[in-house]
Amino acid sequence: MKVTDKDVAYVADLANLELDDDERAGMVRDLNSILDYMDRLNELDTSNVEAMTQVADRYGVDESKQGSDRFVYSYRDDQREGLRKSLPQKAALANAPDADEGFFRVPKVIER
Amino acid sequence: MELTSLTIEGVRAAVESRKTTALALAEAHYARIQEQDGQIGAYLTLCKDRAMEHADRIDRMAAEGKSLPALAGVPVAIKDVMSTRGVRSTAGSKSLANYIPPYDCTAVARLEAAGAVMLGKTNCDEFAMGSSNENSAFHLVRNPRDLSRVPGGSSGGSAAAVAADMAVAALGSDTGGSIRQPASFCGVVGLMPTYGRVSRYGLIAFASSLDHIGPLTRTVKDAASVLQTIAGRDAMDSTSANVPVPDYVSDLEKPLRGVKLGVAKEYFGEGVDDEVRQAVESAIDKLKDLGCEIVPVSLPHTPYAIPAYYLIATAEASSNLARYDGVRYGHRAAGVKTLSETYRRSRDQGFGAEVKRRIMLGTYALSTGYYDAYYLKAQKVRTLLTRDFEEAFRKVDAIVTPTSPTAAFRLGEKSNDPLAMYLADIYTVTADLAGIPGISVPCGLTKERLPIGLQILGKHFDEAKILRIAHAYEQASQISS
Repeated sequence: MKVTDKDVAYVADLANLELDDDERAGMVRDLNSILDYMDRLNELDTSNVEAMTQVADRYGVDESKQGSDRFVYSYRDDQREGLRKSLPQKAALANAPDADEGFFRVPKVIER
Repeated sequence: MELTSLTIEGVRAAVESRKTTALALAEAHYARIQEQDGQIGAYLTLCKDRAMEHADRIDRMAAEGKSLPALAGVPVAIKDVMSTRGVRSTAGSKSLANYIPPYDCTAVARLEAAGAVMLGKTNCDEFAMGSSNENSAFHLVRNPRDLSRVPGGSSGGSAAAVAADMAVAALGSDTGGSIRQPASFCGVVGLMPTYGRVSRYGLIAFASSLDHIGPLTRTVKDAASVLQTIAGRDAMDSTSANVPVPDYVSDLEKPLRGVKLGVAKEYFGEGVDDEVRQAVESAIDKLKDLGCEIVPVSLPHTPYAIPAYYLIATAEASSNLARYDGVRYGHRAAGVKTLSETYRRSRDQGFGAEVKRRIMLGTYALSTGYYDAYYLKAQKVRTLLTRDFEEAFRKVDAIVTPTSPTAAFRLGEKSNDPLAMYLADIYTVTADLAGIPGISVPCGLTKERLPIGLQILGKHFDEAKILRIAHAYEQASQISS
């Protein structure tokens, strides 16, 4: 078995999840079964293959064009004037579970 | 005139000639939803006030004899992973059960600007993670063609709404097949455009390098009309492509003669149901009769697509879903004393089992010691899979495959076996990984009267050609059936 109880506890911690005992047991079972299947990737020799992080890595560049026009998935030009207004504070706070005086309120961050 | 079974063209013509009104069309669809959706479960939220306001605007334009926009009066359904200003947008998750976005998704804004009338938001797997719609935190969706079966996922509500005449068209999102597979299961058309063809602004993110928005419709022409409206550069999404949008609708009628269609044996191997294979093979014969040349191609890395996809998608999801912390919006656990406890409890309570499983898998694949073995390895295999397509597209214009190895499965059939559920996406994840467009078009029924889908994959930004092939096939199969 690749993934142990301890691994699940560690990864849950990284992911900011708590998980109850049943969920942890289920994760051990499911992650092992899924990762066993994922291991078939090791049948492939990828030592000289570059990683593809974005579709733009392979399709995004038109070398016949200049500057930012070369990029199909291009950046927009810098905007100096007429910037889009940011969300009004009231709208930004409207979905907050707890807001006060223009702030998001949360429990204490620093423990004494 | 049956108001709930019109095409986009039919709606526009009827509204323009004053045979009906946009208001009457919207009312007829709400009546249909009232009557049907109790047993199907396609919608999560209806927005009748907003719909009536938009419909009224179209009717006033028609009354004044003004020229009407392309989608005037067309009742549409929007998958609930798209943000809609002032209308609850849940992504099928308890964590966003009360979330009311302050802005509109670009694709939705473009539909409404073109005259479409948004009826409501459709059910889906939580954060678009699933292939059966059984992962919705709210309720199941049943397949309108057979209520004991799943509609597919994750855009199951959108597919069911269109199939059951509860909307003329719908938007879905596709990360590993979530438009095409439910379209196939419900017997409708589903189009995933090229990565970047449609802006993702306002789409609640699952896996950003794989997420696409696209239409589900009852005809190929309707899919072309919706794509026409939503495609094109958007300054709000830097991955939306700076590529001109052709006239998809008028391109549909171009002849198919000389089009080269690739058939890859890797998509007809072990695991494909016999009835699905036969239906797709006879569709290929029909395309040959229509003037296409059939060319064998090879996509040798296909068996590695599912592991590569589920590593990359879950890694990106684990990062994207880190934002649900119970602070700025979304569910916050009650009765907690510290900030870190707020994060953990809120996420534990807000997320369902499959979302937690994917966050865990993705976090594991990105963690120290496993990054190279899993995440980086998967990205390298993504390159190999993409090269397979590049190689094949040197020889052919498009590739035809089954959309899914089986027709719609039964509710509950795979819900306790995550790996079996993942394997259901075997023919669809490849196009998401390569960033190429794909369409699913109905190509027959099984003995149990369940729809089968034909998938047509095209070159980057060549939606026009796969739409044209799908349209010609659809027209020919209607004549002969």
